[in-house]
Amino acid sequence: MSKDVAILGVGMHPWGKWGQSFVGYGVKAAHDALRDAGLRWQDVQLVAGGDTIRNGYPGFVAGATFAQALGWSGAKVSSSYGACATGAQAIGVARAHILAGLCDVALVIGADAAPRGFFAPTGGRRPDDPDWLRFHVQGITNPTYFGLYARRRMDVYGATQEDFAAVKVKNARHGLHNPNARYRKEVTIEDVVGSAVVADPLHLLDICATSDGAAALVLASMDFARKHTTAPVKIAAVSTVTPVFPNTIIEMPNLATDSSASVGLPELGFKESIAHQAYEEAGLGPEDMSLAEVYDLSTALELDWYEQIGLCPPGDAEKLLRDGETTLGGRIPVNPSGGLASFGEAVPAQAIAQVCELTWQLRGQAQGRQVEGAQAGVTVNQGLFGHGSSVICTV
Amino acid sequence: MTEKTPTPAVEGLFTMNPREPHLLGTRCGACGTYFFPVEKTFCRNPACDQADLQEVELSRIGKLWSYTSANYKPPAPFVPREPFEPFAIAAVELEKEGITILGQVADGLGVDALKTGMRMELVLRELYEDDEQIYMTWSWKPVEGDAG
Repeated sequence: MSKDVAILGVGMHPWGKWGQSFVGYGVKAAHDALRDAGLRWQDVQLVAGGDTIRNGYPGFVAGATFAQALGWSGAKVSSSYGACATGAQAIGVARAHILAGLCDVALVIGADAAPRGFFAPTGGRRPDDPDWLRFHVQGITNPTYFGLYARRRMDVYGATQEDFAAVKVKNARHGLHNPNARYRKEVTIEDVVGSAVVADPLHLLDICATSDGAAALVLASMDFARKHTTAPVKIAAVSTVTPVFPNTIIEMPNLATDSSASVGLPELGFKESIAHQAYEEAGLGPEDMSLAEVYDLSTALELDWYEQIGLCPPGDAEKLLRDGETTLGGRIPVNPSGGLASFGEAVPAQAIAQVCELTWQLRGQAQGRQVEGAQAGVTVNQGLFGHGSSVICTV
Repeated sequence: MTEKTPTPAVEGLFTMNPREPHLLGTRCGACGTYFFPVEKTFCRNPACDQADLQEVELSRIGKLWSYTSANYKPPAPFVPREPFEPFAIAAVELEKEGITILGQVADGLGVDALKTGMRMELVLRELYEDDEQIYMTWSWKPVEGDAG
């Protein structure tokens, strides 16, 4: 049985700091996706919302919140949370419903209105919550982890701060013509390394901002899609894997790794396993990909992903970047959308936005940033507390 | 004026011996897996169905896996000293336990004092104080006498 589902429509609300409710952003993205699909809201049988945890109760029940805002229609509802991987959770729910034959058309929506500055845990004294504990007893923020990984690349692979800056320069250039990007301005290596150090060796311009934004997808069974369109972009795989014990690389929001004292290391590390599972499911490999959208929370993290999604062996990411292979026009453009560097992170929308970009690229509609002849693409992302997220799309 | 008492910022994470503090973890007696912070009710090794968890003191010395800094004041629930001073943060691998543990780097030492692979030892560090008490946490410090 084919595991493909069709992407009939995509839509986004531009990223930024708009000072409005996340619900309105989500509705705008949903309307755009429905219009793109040529369907009405009443045609949707399942609405799968990605939750936001910083917008009160409506954010925890995002699916119903969006359904109410679009006008109660009796559609089935689901609300999922997986931190930065929230969008993949919602896509996974919608896809599973379609593949199981429980519905033909599903609407996936993620939207956020983000606070300024560092993400911080929700209130109260909660020593049993690793997220609270790391802030309280050690002052460890998200950029701490980005800094640790970046320093590790420098000490183990000889990466430089200029390499990291070059990722930002590339992504800023990619995002220049993307109407949904928040930052549409070229930056130079000097701009990046001259900006304030936030978490050594990373500077302010190495680290992504937090943004408002929304993204939506209309997904459908292949049978339904064939009645509406000729050659829809398809989702060939969705990976939402957890780590395999012991996970020995320190990860947000933990203060410590698993212990490897009694059990040997798994064949693949967690981040390596995320896209790997998607490739297995799609029956494709990294060599089949025309482009990738990876989660560049920091510039250095983008380089880690090159290796973790199989674009090059460990330690070769800087060379791949320097050779221009991951720039538009190169062998495997990475983040042609402009990535988080150009968007900032709108947590529950981000993994969905990655799929919107793949869709536009695979349809040949990515104006000003088109990967010529794109046939297949992969997204990858990871959410706190062990949420893998990778989607493969094909034409 | 009475002297303020040093007290752990959160109970149960480390011992308060000022010269040789230890982080407190648990070890599963059935499979030998360690946990930090303590895990008391279940063993997270998927191959182990026991939960024979004993409290243990973890190794005080490990190897620096990587390091970074906090140049901006972290948000609450962090309680910064005033005025805020940037601090370094280390990820240290404990060999026997097979665990990497994060922690601030001892007072006065920035990233320039650190090098991946160097030996680090556990010391206590003042996190913040109020009218009655000084709240302590653990931190990592390069082992004295080790050549970079």
